Amino acid sequence: MIEVLYFAWLRERIGVPREKVATTAATVADLVAELAAREDRYALAFSDLRAVRVALDQRLAGFDAPLAGVREVAFFPPMTGG
Amino acid sequence: MSVAVQEAAFDAGAELAAFTSAAAGAGAVVSFTGVVRDVAGGLIAMEIEHYPGMTEAAIAEMVGAAVARWGLADAAVIHRFGRLPPGAPIMMVLTAAPHRRAAFEAAEFLMDYLKSRAPFWKKEITATGAEWVAATCEDEDALKRW
Repeated sequence: MIEVLYFAWLRERIGVPREKVATTAATVADLVAELAAREDRYALAFSDLRAVRVALDQRLAGFDAPLAGVREVAFFPPMTGG
Repeated sequence: MSVAVQEAAFDAGAELAAFTSAAAGAGAVVSFTGVVRDVAGGLIAMEIEHYPGMTEAAIAEMVGAAVARWGLADAAVIHRFGRLPPGAPIMMVLTAAPHRRAAFEAAEFLMDYLKSRAPFWKKEITATGAEWVAATCEDEDALKRW
């Protein structure tokens, strides 16, 4: 099981801030494909990955990053702090 | 070094005074305060969401990098989250160094990184609805300086 978190408009589109996901996905991209295949709300949230950023165990990562040993995956839009 | 990610308001003047007295002997102290601005008119509030845990870690890493690179005597970041009205201070960066150039550059570096690499997201609430603020290419390009 992996903990998946969503922030900002990804959270709003998917409708939950976090969920536990049973997956055997090898990479972030594989996990995104699994989620997008679940329901329309996921497909919509992940329809343009250029607008999505990923963190693995709270560190920024790429979509090609492996998920082995990862406990927490977060998806969010580009950050707008400051 | 200190990093504060908080919902509560802060007093920029009091923060600067405390930081300056703790950094006595540094020679140069720079502070920047970011304030909620009403760009298009009609802003009721800015809602700031963040990623607890990652936010503090990401900022601490930036602050550590700035201290090492510019030989700072001290550095501090305060960043708020939650619902903030126009005119409210959102965040503050403080740097102390032997000379002004290092203090200014380190403060700019921290500002640029906070904008694009600290996990905060802003949403503008107006009378007609709510909209997430989009990141700009300028924000991303600003990192190339460093």
